[in-house]
Amino acid sequence: MRYLPKSPSERSEMLAAIGAKSIEELFASVPPGFRLKQPLALPGPLSEAEIIDFFKARAAENSLGYTRFLGAGVYDHLRSVVTDALIQRGEFLTSYTPYQAEISQGTLQAIFEFQTLMCQLTGQEVANASMYDGSTAMTEAALMAERVTGRHRVLVAKSVHPEYRQVLATYARHAGLGVEEIPYSASGQVDSVALLAALNDETAAVVVQSPNFLGVVEPVAELAGMSHAKQALLVVTIAEAVSLGAIRPPAEADIVAMEGQSFGLAPSYGGPFVGVIASRERYVRQMPGRLTGQTIDAQGRRGFVLTLATREQHIRREKATSNICTNQALCALAATIHLCLLGREGLRELAVQNLSKASFALSELEKIPSVKRAFSAPFFNEFAVELPRSVKLVNAALLREKIIGPFVLGTAYPELTKHALVCVTETTPRGEIERFAASLRRILERPV
Amino acid sequence: MPYPTDRRYTKDHEWVRVSGDAATFGITDYAQHELGDVVFVDLPVSGTKVAAGQTFGTVESVKAVSEIYAPASGEVIEINSSLSDAPEKINQDPHGAAWLVKVRLADPAEIDSLMDAATYEAYIAENSREASA
Amino acid sequence: MGDVAGAGIAPPVKTQMADKIKKASRHTSQNEGLIFEKSAPGKRGMELPPLDVPALDPKSVLGAAYTRADVEHFPEVSEIEVIRHFTRLSTWNYSIDLGMYPLGSCTMKYNPRVNEIVARLDGIATEHPCQPQEVSQGCLKILRLLEKCLLEITGMDALTLQPAAGAQGELTGLLLIRAYLESQGNPRKKVLIPDSAHGTNPATAVIAGYQVENIKSESRGQIDVEKLREIVNEDVAALMITNPSTLGIFEEKIAAIAEILHAKGALLYMDGANMNALAGIARPGDFGVDVLHLNLHKTFSTPHGGGGPGAGPVAMKKMFEPFRPIPVLVAKPNGALALDSQRPRSIGRVRAYGGNFGVMVRALAYILAYGPGIRQATEDAVLNANYIRKGLEGSYDLPYSLPSMHEVVFSDARQRKHGVNTMDIAKRLIDYGFHPYTTAFPLIVPGALMIEPTESECKEECDQFIEAMRAIAEEAAANPELVKTAPHSTRVSRLDEVTAARKPILRWKPHTA
Repeated sequence: MRYLPKSPSERSEMLAAIGAKSIEELFASVPPGFRLKQPLALPGPLSEAEIIDFFKARAAENSLGYTRFLGAGVYDHLRSVVTDALIQRGEFLTSYTPYQAEISQGTLQAIFEFQTLMCQLTGQEVANASMYDGSTAMTEAALMAERVTGRHRVLVAKSVHPEYRQVLATYARHAGLGVEEIPYSASGQVDSVALLAALNDETAAVVVQSPNFLGVVEPVAELAGMSHAKQALLVVTIAEAVSLGAIRPPAEADIVAMEGQSFGLAPSYGGPFVGVIASRERYVRQMPGRLTGQTIDAQGRRGFVLTLATREQHIRREKATSNICTNQALCALAATIHLCLLGREGLRELAVQNLSKASFALSELEKIPSVKRAFSAPFFNEFAVELPRSVKLVNAALLREKIIGPFVLGTAYPELTKHALVCVTETTPRGEIERFAASLRRILERPV
Repeated sequence: MPYPTDRRYTKDHEWVRVSGDAATFGITDYAQHELGDVVFVDLPVSGTKVAAGQTFGTVESVKAVSEIYAPASGEVIEINSSLSDAPEKINQDPHGAAWLVKVRLADPAEIDSLMDAATYEAYIAENSREASA
Repeated sequence: MGDVAGAGIAPPVKTQMADKIKKASRHTSQNEGLIFEKSAPGKRGMELPPLDVPALDPKSVLGAAYTRADVEHFPEVSEIEVIRHFTRLSTWNYSIDLGMYPLGSCTMKYNPRVNEIVARLDGIATEHPCQPQEVSQGCLKILRLLEKCLLEITGMDALTLQPAAGAQGELTGLLLIRAYLESQGNPRKKVLIPDSAHGTNPATAVIAGYQVENIKSESRGQIDVEKLREIVNEDVAALMITNPSTLGIFEEKIAAIAEILHAKGALLYMDGANMNALAGIARPGDFGVDVLHLNLHKTFSTPHGGGGPGAGPVAMKKMFEPFRPIPVLVAKPNGALALDSQRPRSIGRVRAYGGNFGVMVRALAYILAYGPGIRQATEDAVLNANYIRKGLEGSYDLPYSLPSMHEVVFSDARQRKHGVNTMDIAKRLIDYGFHPYTTAFPLIVPGALMIEPTESECKEECDQFIEAMRAIAEEAAANPELVKTAPHSTRVSRLDEVTAARKPILRWKPHTA
């Protein structure tokens, strides 16, 4: 077997050195009743070529050749081939967590750069070395706010990603953290009247997403003011990280929980992605996840190490800030490389392209008489429209034309029965936007 | 180093020095040695009530965290704020400049059951012997 | 603050025993600052295709209040600088592609390259988790086949692929246990955890809302069955074990352990980190485990990538099935696969979308490469560990002498007499061309050296490792200072972790003025 570097004679030599007559002897500690007598019923073994064929056949059963108008927390963006050329280097791909700093300086310096980029993007003072994804980052941010304030209730905007809210609910139940949802207003932003009414001395944090799941930006500075007036923290979640190229960063937030998938990570049917928590320096000891710090060696040379490890489970055990151990390091490296390639101008240009394409798409769709935009607040690259009939049926018709239609908002918001969340990024050619609008017009003109 | 005789000691390696109805708490030289280089100290705010034998803070080194247990009950009246900028004082002068908190004692009699310097020295000698056995 | 002049050129290896170090020598390693230090206005690394719709000024669309002026001090570098920067950084790392990582319980095995190719295929990497199931059957079939394979390997009844890593798998497992016990009338209060357990175990139990009760191992390092019998009662929800234990030793009384728990309605959770000793040999489902998690980035070869991503699927017995996190993979009457989120008894969602699909693709590719022959990998892993144990028994103290499976734990007791501890030995091992083993874990062995070679190591690598460790043992006696000040051959020497913790510098900042 090509992954096993021993010849039969080497195995014999090694057994002889151990003093065992057969490999079975080495398993004597497993009670005989539990030792398998038959090989496992597994498919294979396959050669390399057969493995590739297998997955190519699976790929052919997916959505090759379709154009997509889906965002809803996962975004199609251009990736440079340079990213894979670098992260596929064995020294990055096959290296371990950098606990032994002297032989992991490559990983550690890259993480330090990642932490810096995240601070620059979010306007926060410190950022960690990654969480699993945006949903668990947001959840951990809420738990962090509970620790910092000593209060046990969070107010979460309904316009936060529905799956993120579900994850929070799963964790909060066992943390004794109360969660109350705050509705959105006609503008699509969080209802500030309802929020003010709910904010009190028990509130650990207010949690919003910006741009939110309905596509609109939230007034972060005002929300921070409202929260701080009650000594509650403001947690801002970001699902479409490219928005930070054009939208004012949530610097007034106390904790930012971001999904970094938009920075060079393929959609990959849901993962792996990369979550980040960024916050103020004074909360750093309550932050979960790894942190890389700059230091010097005995000769005064600059180097980097994992630091403040006493927050983590391998030291604090049952008193740790989180149980996270393995994180999303290689994804964070990919995001770092991607951001360095884009750079200051490139990120801005990318954000402008997204903004422009989405606005163009909206204007094309609004030319269809029965289609109108829902919500009025500014949006980035996603917006909601109201259709005259079921979005599910419309999408089924679009699918026949090789168009994967917008997200059906009704599945997550039952009150938004005929609403669709349209996402357009720099990857959608103008011709496809126009084709989508034309198809939609035609479908809506057909009798029901 | 010989342990100062002006104070009492606990099994968890804290010391307490009384003056009037107030007392000063700290951790011993043995404790700081076991911990290694101290990087952070977490202390309660003034006004916090502490109870004998209960934790009232933590001391961290790079690789370990240690709870600190109150030698006696009372109310915190002052904390040593110099330790936040210079936690290394705990390694340098655990019995002097690196005192942790001053407490108004609820029941000064609690101190009587604690070890004196000689008893504590014997206790840690016993501990060390067991550790290397 | 940049590097001190001349940095990056390591001092000469200070040893009279240089000729013993056969595997490692020095290579040119270039200095490299932070990417921000190479940045200059006007440089770009990536260009975008031109915009084919009218360009809008963000201020006009968003309004001034929502618009960002700039991302201050964001790097501006060219493509070649990005390639050079990260290539240079990469040369500072050790990696599996270079040599052995003898890290106990990490299972640092070869990361097959075909796995990287298939995970990146168009039609695999490009798929959106919210897209219609009609155009996702390929993805769903991959999930279905992986589920089937993992169930076959573990001998369990049902699976969830959602957890993002082992720690999240543990949490999911404990929440499943809680949900099941709740459905039986009483979620109970405590989880028992052996003192040899990995730190994620107690951390997870607390997050799941349970109290942790530690159970001391007996004199041979195994679970103390008599003690267990005493403390298991109706307040105990579960025992979390690792099998083989973190000492690399199979719990020979596992059947009795399962029985004691089950008799009192408590459950047996297994941390599957050590599955590399069991795949194809024995199945946890057969020896009484109720719920377990697997680490795809350990046993199933997906790359560690400097710390992740991983995946921590959870396998369970039938009674836990209704409580699985959403979404659950189901087969529709017409045979098509779908993801179902209408599960009223589910514990809820543990992360957005279905899980680390890209990691699952790699794990499936690994399993397909082996097929039923996966047993051979396990046999080679156990062979390597025992060969190394034999080779080092004369030089290092072996605190627990029961047979080792895929890993072996020594202690630094003999070397401590010369003032040399496990951390020092580990650092000296770097000079010999290896990554250190796991130091100071499990906690029940003071000064532990935890060694797991995996099946990916050839005899030569094992022999060189044994030679290196023997040489260091000699050095510890004859020249302890050499070991205590190691490593001597790396681009940086031991780093000041104390100052890094006292005065953390966690990001680069531009110089002011």
